[in-house]
Amino acid sequence: MMANSGALALIAWLLPIFSFLVLAIVFPFRRLGRPAAWFSTLCAAGAFASAVLAWRIQSVAAHPVHLVWPWLPTAGKTIADVGVLVDAQSTIMLCLVSLVAFLVQFYSVGYLHDEPAPALGRYYAYQSLFAFSMMGLALAPNLLQLFMCWELVGLCSYLLIGFWYQRPSAARAAVKAFWITKAGDVGMLVGIVMLYRLAGTFDITELHSMAASNALPLAGLSIITFCLYLGAMGKSAQFPFHVWLPDAMEGPTPVSALIHAATMVTAGVYLLVRTDWLFALTPNVLLIVAWIGAFTALLAAVLACVQDDIKRVLAYSTVSQLGYMMTAIGAGVASAGFLHLLTHGLFKALLFLGAGAVIHAVGSNDLPNMGGLARRMPQTALVFIIGTLSLAGIPIFGGYVSKEEILGAVWGAHLTGPFLLLMLVAGLTAFYMFRVVFLAFFGTPARVAAVAHAGAGHTTPPRVAHAALHNEAVVEGAHVNETPHAHEPPATMLLPLWVLAVGTMVVGVMSTFHLGDFAAAETAGETAPGWLTPTAVGVALAGIALAWATYQTRAINPESLANAFGPIRAAALRKFWIDDIFEGIYSFVLLGFSRIVGWIDRYLVDGVLNLLSDWTVQAGDELRGIQTGKPQDYVYGIGAGVLVLILLMRLVF
Amino acid sequence: MGLEPYLFLSATVFCIGLFGVMTRRNTIGILLGIELMMNAVNINLVAFARYTAMAAGFVFTVFTICITVTEAALGLAIVILLFRVRRTVMADHLDLLKG
Repeated sequence: MMANSGALALIAWLLPIFSFLVLAIVFPFRRLGRPAAWFSTLCAAGAFASAVLAWRIQSVAAHPVHLVWPWLPTAGKTIADVGVLVDAQSTIMLCLVSLVAFLVQFYSVGYLHDEPAPALGRYYAYQSLFAFSMMGLALAPNLLQLFMCWELVGLCSYLLIGFWYQRPSAARAAVKAFWITKAGDVGMLVGIVMLYRLAGTFDITELHSMAASNALPLAGLSIITFCLYLGAMGKSAQFPFHVWLPDAMEGPTPVSALIHAATMVTAGVYLLVRTDWLFALTPNVLLIVAWIGAFTALLAAVLACVQDDIKRVLAYSTVSQLGYMMTAIGAGVASAGFLHLLTHGLFKALLFLGAGAVIHAVGSNDLPNMGGLARRMPQTALVFIIGTLSLAGIPIFGGYVSKEEILGAVWGAHLTGPFLLLMLVAGLTAFYMFRVVFLAFFGTPARVAAVAHAGAGHTTPPRVAHAALHNEAVVEGAHVNETPHAHEPPATMLLPLWVLAVGTMVVGVMSTFHLGDFAAAETAGETAPGWLTPTAVGVALAGIALAWATYQTRAINPESLANAFGPIRAAALRKFWIDDIFEGIYSFVLLGFSRIVGWIDRYLVDGVLNLLSDWTVQAGDELRGIQTGKPQDYVYGIGAGVLVLILLMRLVF
Repeated sequence: MGLEPYLFLSATVFCIGLFGVMTRRNTIGILLGIELMMNAVNINLVAFARYTAMAAGFVFTVFTICITVTEAALGLAIVILLFRVRRTVMADHLDLLKG
C-alpha cells in the first residue's frame, strides 16, 4: 500500500518512450520487425500493469500526487514544470490509454504479419511514441506539457495515417489530418498563452485553485476558453473540423482503433474535462460547445448511414460520439462526458479491431463485399455485436449508462434543442450500426466471390498490394484469400477482441446495476426524469428494428428507404459539401490571397529593392572615373582635403 | 631669436617637400620630397621644445629621425622591387588601382 502512485504513473509513462528510443536508435533491432514488435508490446504491457496499480492506489488516495521537475527556469521562478499530476481522472485515462495501446500493439502483430520487417519495426516505433505522448497528455501537470504532448500525438497520428505512404490517398489523408488539427492547435496555443498572461501560471492545479477562489478575472476569459475549445475542436473532430477523421481511415485499422477512436481524438474531450472549472466560468462558451457537439453528433450520424466502407461508418460514428461527449461537457456535466469517453474508448476500439478482423478476412473495406460472415467467423461476429449493442446504448452493455448520463445531463441543463438532436442521433446510431451488422455478418454475400476472384488475380504477392493498389476498393491488411471462404483471425487478433469485449461487458454490467466504483459515479442520472431511460432505449430499439426490417428481412426495400430521404441522402453522399467548401476556401480564398501576396512580393517589395540596387550599381559606374590609380592624384586629394578643413576651422568655428 | 623664424623655416621646407611630392614623376623624387616634409616637422618639434623647455620634443625628434631612416630604406627597397617588376619607376605609369 506504500507504493507510490506517482512513481508508478511515471514508470507507465516512461516505458513506451524507452521502447521508442530503443527502436529508434538501435536500428538493426528495429529492422528485425517481429522481435521489435514484441519488445514494444511488452513495454506497453508493463505500462498497463503499472497504470492499473497507480489507479488502484490513487482511487482510494485522498490527495492528488504532484511529481514534477522544474522546466524552463528563469531568475525569479520556473515558468513551467515537467512531470506527472496523478489523480483519479488522469490515472483512469492512463489505464484506458495503456490498455488500448497494449491490445492494439498485440493485435497488430497478427494484423500486419505480411508487412516487411523494417516497416513493422517503424510501425512499432511510432506506436510506442504515441503511447508515450498520449500518457504524457493524460498526466500533464500543466498546460504547456499538455500542449507539447498534444502536438506529439498529432505527429504520431500523421505518421501512422501515412504509414502506407506509397499510397497517394494515405499521404494526402495524413497531411489533411495534420493541417486541420493544426488549425485548431493554433487557437489552443493562443488560448494557453493568453491564460498565462491572465493568471501567471500554466499549472493546472494552481489554475484550479485560482478559479475556485474567484481569483481569475472574468474579463476576456471567454476568448481564452473559446481558443482552448478550438484546439479541442480540431483534435476531437467537431464540426467543421471533423473532415479529417473519416479520411484518417487510410491508416492501418489498429491505428484507427487506437488513435482515431479510443485515445487521441478524445484528447479534446479530455482537455475540456480537465479544465471544466475554467469553462464553468464562461457559460456562453459552454453553450457553443453544447450546440456544436449536438450538431456534430447529428451530422456525423447522418453521414454514417450512407457509407459503404465499414471503417468510414465507424469513423463517422466516432465523430458522432465525440459530439455526444462535447454536449455533455457543454451541459456542464463533464463527468458524464468523461464516463462516455472511457466506455466509448473500450467499445469503439473493440468495434474497430473487429472491423479489422473482418477486413483481414474479406480483403476489402466495402460492406457490399461482405455478408454472411457470422457463420464463418462466429467469434468475431459475437464481439462485434457486443460492441454494437454498447454503442447503441442497450442496457447491460458498456455504453448504456454513460449515454443515459449524457442525455440526463443535457436534459437537466435545459438544453432542449441539443437534447432532441441527441435523441435522434441515438436512433440513427442504432440504425447505422445494425445496418453494418446485418450487411456484414448476416444475409447473403453479395460480391464476395467476385472480389475474392479479382483479389486473387492481382495480389498474389501480398506485399505488392500496398504499393501497387491505390484504387477505391483498396485491399487493406494485404491478406486476400484465394478462396471466398473467410475465416476467423489468428489468436493474436482474437485475444484483444475478447479482452475488450469482456471489459465492455464488465463495465456495462457493473454500471447498469450500480456496482463497485460506478455507484459513486452516478450523479447526473439521478436528476434525470423517469421517462428518459425508456425513451432512449426505445429509440435505440426502433433504430435496430428499422435496420432489421430493411437489411435483414428486407421487409422495407433499402432503395425505397433511400428514396424517402432522397435529398438528404444525396447531400450526405457528398458529405454535405463540407469538404468541397474547404476545398473552395483553399483554392479561391487562400490561393487567391497567396497570389496577391506573391504579386506584391515579386513586383512591389522586390521591385523597390531591385531599383535601389540598380541605382547603386549605376552610381558606382559613374563614380569610378575619379579613381585614377595615380598616387599623386591622391596626394592632391589629401592636400585639398586638408585645405578645406583649415578653411572650415577658420571660417566656421 | 624668437619662435617665429623657425616656424617660418619649417613651413617653407614643408611646402617645398609637398611641392616635390606633388609634381615629381619619379618615385625617388617623391621619396625625397617626403624626407623634406619629415625634416620640416623635426624643425618644428625642436623649435617648440626649446621654446617651451620640455624635453619630450627632443626625444620625439630622435624617434622621428630613426623612423625616417627606416622609411627611406623601405621606400627605396619598394622602388627597386617595383622597377624589377614593372621596368619603370614613373609614378603616373603606376596606376594599377585605376577604377
